[in-house]
Order: sequence, then C-alpha cells, then structure tokens
Amino acid sequence: MHLDHDLDEKFPHRHTYSAAEPKRADGTRRALRIGLGGPVGSGKTATVAALCRRLRDELSIAVVTNDIYTREDAEFLLREAVLPPERITAVETGACPHTAIRDDISANLEAVEDLEDEIGPLDLVLVESGGDNLTATFSKGLVDFQIFVIDVAGGDDIPRKGGPGVTTADLLVINKTDLAPYVGSDLESMARDAKAQRGDLPVAFTSIKGENGVAPVADWVRECLAKWTAGAA
Amino acid sequence: MTLAPPPPAPTASAVVPPAARQLRATARIAAVADPYGVSRLPVLDGDGPLALRRLRSHDAAARVCVVGAMSAPVGGDHLRIEATAGERSDLRITAAAATIALPGHHPGTARYDVALDVADGARLDWLPEPLISAAGSDLIQTTTVDLAPTARLVLREEQVLGRTGEATGRLAARLTVRRAGRVLLDQETAYGPGVPGWDSSAVLAGHRAVGQLLVVDPAFEEQPVPVRTLAASDGPGQAVITPLAGPAALVTAVAPDALAVRRLLEAAAIPTGW
Amino acid sequence: MSRAALLVLADGRFPAGGHAHSGGAEPAVAAGRIRDGGSLEEFCRGRLHTAGLVAAGLAAAAAAGCDPLALDEAADARTPVPALRTTARRLGRQMMRAARATWPSPELDALAAARPRGAHQPVVLGLAARSAGLGPEDAAYAVAYETVSGPATAAVRLLSLDPFDATAVLARLAPDMDAVVAEAVAAAARVPQDGTGALPARSAPLLDITAEQHAAWPVRLFAS
Repeated sequence: MHLDHDLDEKFPHRHTYSAAEPKRADGTRRALRIGLGGPVGSGKTATVAALCRRLRDELSIAVVTNDIYTREDAEFLLREAVLPPERITAVETGACPHTAIRDDISANLEAVEDLEDEIGPLDLVLVESGGDNLTATFSKGLVDFQIFVIDVAGGDDIPRKGGPGVTTADLLVINKTDLAPYVGSDLESMARDAKAQRGDLPVAFTSIKGENGVAPVADWVRECLAKWTAGAA
Repeated sequence: MTLAPPPPAPTASAVVPPAARQLRATARIAAVADPYGVSRLPVLDGDGPLALRRLRSHDAAARVCVVGAMSAPVGGDHLRIEATAGERSDLRITAAAATIALPGHHPGTARYDVALDVADGARLDWLPEPLISAAGSDLIQTTTVDLAPTARLVLREEQVLGRTGEATGRLAARLTVRRAGRVLLDQETAYGPGVPGWDSSAVLAGHRAVGQLLVVDPAFEEQPVPVRTLAASDGPGQAVITPLAGPAALVTAVAPDALAVRRLLEAAAIPTGW
Repeated sequence: MSRAALLVLADGRFPAGGHAHSGGAEPAVAAGRIRDGGSLEEFCRGRLHTAGLVAAGLAAAAAAGCDPLALDEAADARTPVPALRTTARRLGRQMMRAARATWPSPELDALAAARPRGAHQPVVLGLAARSAGLGPEDAAYAVAYETVSGPATAAVRLLSLDPFDATAVLARLAPDMDAVVAEAVAAAARVPQDGTGALPARSAPLLDITAEQHAAWPVRLFAS
C-alpha cells in the first residue's frame, strides 16, 4: 500500500480505514479483532459469552454484535452479564448481517473504534455476526481472524458442502458434539471432510455449554493474540 | 418552488369588491417594560383587516388580540404583522378567530408575513387561531422570529387544509427562528393542488390539520425535553415532542381536524408557566 | 474530473452504511401505508419532495464549495427530531470514512476534524462529490436517488415486494428526481449571496413523527 503512505504524508490527520492498519490514530497498537460467524443456532452467542467469561480476567475485552433484529444478541450478553454493559455494542444491520460484516463494514468499524475510544486500550474485540448462511464471511478490513461456528445438529454434511465460511475461516468450530449420538451425526466423517476442505487450518470440536467446553477456542484466541502482540508489522 | 398555477377561483370570490383586492396592510405591536416591570404597549397600530385590541391583563404582561375584521388574506393581498418585545417585557398575542385564506378575484398568490423580535429577558407568546386554506385559495405565509440569547418564546401554528368537506387550497409556509445569530429552526411546508407528494403517506397520509407548538427557553440548554410521542385518544391523530438542536422544544402534530390537533398540542404539556 | 465517479458515489454498494436504514419505510410498512408498488411510489414521492429536496440542496451547496459547517448548522435547523439528526450524523460519519478512503482531500479532512462524531450526511456527500471532481448537480442527483432507493430496497426486504416492481417505481420517479435536483441546484446557487436560508427546508410531519416512534421500537430490522 505505498499509495497509502503517500496519502499519509499529504494528509497526516487521516484516520485509519480498516483492519489493514494495525495502529490507532494516536500510534498505539489497536485491539485484536476476531469475527464469529455461522448459521443460526450454531452457538455463536454462546461461544462469545463463554469466551468472555473465560478470558475477561486476563484480557480487556469488548464485543460488537450484528443482529438481525435490533439488539437481541447484545441483550442476551447483557442479561448474562458476561461483560459490563459499556463493553457491549450492537450494530443494526437492516436485516442483512452479512452486508454489515463483509460488504459495508463502516458501522462495525465505527463501533469498534468507539469502544476503544470510550473504554480505553483493549486487548480483544469480538465481532459477532447475526446468524446467516454458509457464505457469510467477515471482511479483512474489519477483523484480523475469523471463527466459523457450525454444529453437529445442523447436519454432518456441512463440512463436506464447504462454502467460504467453512473453507476459509481461521478456526472452524464444530459445536454441540454432545448431541452427535442423538442426531445421528458422524464426528469422524465431519473431521475428515473439514480436513479435505481446509487443509491445515485448525478445527475445534466443542461442546461450548459443557464444563470447560470453550477451552480449545480460548486457547486458539490466546495464540492469535500472542501473534498479534508480537506484531508482524 | 415547484408549484404549479392554482386552479380557477370559485365563482363565490367574484363578490369580493375590487377595492378589497391587492390589499397591503402592516400591523405593528411593540411592548416595553416600564421601571416597575410592567409591560406597556407604546406601539399598537392596526391596519386594514388587521385590527388590534388591547386586552385587560391581570399581571405584568401586555396582552393583545388580533381581530380579523375582514375575510383575509384574499388572493393578491399582502398582510404583515410585526411584533417586538423589548428587554424584559412580556407580550402575549392571541387572535379572536381563525384566519381563512380565500380565493381572490384574480388568481394571484396572497402573502401573510409575521415578523417577531424578542429582546433579552423578554417573553413573547404568539398564539393565533388556525389558518384555514379554503378551496381555490393560494397563500404563502412566512413567520420569522429573531430571539436574543435570553429571550423566551411560545409560538403556535395550526394549518387546516380546506373547510369542512371541502378540498384544500394551496398553502406554503415557512417558519424561521433565529436565536443569538444562529438559525434554530427552519421549516417549510407546502400543501395543496400542484404540490407534488403533499398528501403522500410520507407527509400527511390524508390528515387535514397540522400543528406545531414551539417553546424556546434558555433553561432547555441545561435540561432538554425528553422525546415523547403521543397518539390521539379518539382518532388517528399523532404527535411528537422533541428537543431541537438548541434550547427549544417542538411539538409537531397531525390529525384529521383542527380540534384534534389542538388537543394533541395541549396534551404535550410543554411547561410555559415561567 | 470523471463523470463516472458519480456512478461510484451513487452506487447502492458504496460502503457508507445506507443498507441498514429504511428511510422511514419500516414504520410506514408497519402502519400499512406501504403495501405494494403503488403505495411505495407514493411514499417515495413524498419523501423525495420533502426530506430529499432538503438533502439535495445541502449536498449541492457543499459540492459548490459553500462552508460545510454553516451547512451542517442549516441541516440541524431543518431536522427538528433528534432521531433523524442522530441518523444523519451517524451516516455522515460513515460516508466520511468511505469518502476519505475513496477521494481523499484536505476539505474532507477538515470537516472530519471539526465534526468527529459526524456531520449531516448530505453535507459530507456533497463534499465527497466535490473531492471526486463532481459538481453540485451530480451531488444532488446522488442524494435524490438514495432518498428513494433506500425505502425501495427496504420495502423489498420488509414486504418481499417483487424487486422488479420496486425498480420500476424508481424509474417512474425519475422526472420527480429531475425536478428536485433542478430546484436544489438553483437554491444552492443562491447561498453565496443569500446565505443558507436560500436552501429548501421542506418538512414532512409524518416522517418526523414516525421516525421517533420507530426509534422507540424495542425490536426492528432497520436502524431508521
């Protein structure tokens, strides 16, 4: 982006536009942004809640939700009190969460920046998409890493079907493994299909609502954060 | 404005004598506070159809009633009222009856201009009765208010589109309120034949009466009114109470008729008891 | 300048946040005032000649180089309800982000610095048009079009309205857009001499009232 550097010299007060820029306007390193997407009911909000509970004592965390209806997911997180209310923001998406996380990320970027401005330095911002379809992915302009959450009850053929979420997400979470025997899902074939679709990209089999269910996801987040803080840039 | 020519005037207007056409009239009111804090009216000049009557006052305020001596404004008329409230004075202006815009002998546009000026520490109430746009009429109304930084204002405007069972004439109005050198409110309405979209679902949706109540008070700077919406208890009327981007509260109401609009404006209960 | 920049600016996919807003269509659908193509057209025509005319005038004046802070104040005076002021500033901030990435200019930087929480969207859009080398008429067209395309897109989502019908509505409104743009541009040309009072101030009482009703809904699909 040498063009950008030119512009920075010409217009020094220019804001950063996207996640491509790892520093805030004041030169400090901004929070790591991780997006969570996936179909309705797969456990995105539960994963966000569990991650917050697991990591909130070691990290400064905030959450942005992208709901279909106003602020339902945000309300859930508030009711569950996983974070203080000022750390949870809802972005309204006009019935299209995938547009707000991929095609027009301006409202989400504003929400993330406002959280950093109002709460002070953050380590981690989780951006949750409202339940959408298998093609919904986050723009690289919005998040640094993305997690795609599916569940065994949604059908064990989802990893085989692929789609951008399953194929390209930095972490694929296959949730509700405890239900596999009841819904006739074959975890081994799901793992095989995921491997075929994703190559070396990681897959976590979880039961988020179980004891320590979120541990593999939390460990992966810590790894991302370590890489981010080491600052490749 | 993208206004088209008005429709032909109904024949009833032919009875208006030629002398009544092309009327120019300016009425002037000025209030000052005397050394005891009582407001006096050194200027109270009616003109033509704009007769002014001093009302007995039970307190320190000066009270004036605008008495419509004729059916005006008629097509081609230019009417104007100027009212000034001097420093620390208190001027309350009302009207005896509704103003009816009627078609003129010639299809000319009538004008009705109101200019209000309120000095520091003064209060002005401008509370006329509704303006009714009769079928075939064509009126442009402007209300311009200049407020000093510590001036207070209570202003009501009600527009009724057509007399009972009648189509509306064309009514364009602009309300501009300047306060301490800045524009606080600038609003234009245009209803009636030739105005595109005026009765659409985004603007009036069949309602035939519109009203606004504006209260400007420096105290709103500290404590703005909270936003509220109101629905008429007995019909489709509705209203919203909002703080402006300045120390002012505005009630906007739409309803099928003038009475319902008045009820909504009163139900808003904006405090003006100062 | 390139006239094609107007297509970029007016494209519904321009990433400036418009997709989350219905332009008053969501409460109108709920009230039964928008039900089909015909009633959508009526709603859009009313919005275009009121809020659309005001926004087009502001954008044209900003594109012509009038003081954007004076225009921002004029926009406040023409927007009596807080829900619509908040929406206009939020969308202005999002437009500013997109515009500075797309057509960077010192004028955009100056307005962003003066209004960090966002200036009124039509003012920012007009200045973006100016930065793109476009003129007042172009800016007014972009605003006039988005004034009607926003509700039309929302109606497609809210009513499952046939998208061909919705697009035909936009096409039928083209002469109205031409008229609004002409009036907005003529008014904007008077601003240097007569001040921002020369700009249109047409209000739509129901858009104001329903905007606040909608803002208080506990559950809704669109932000405005």
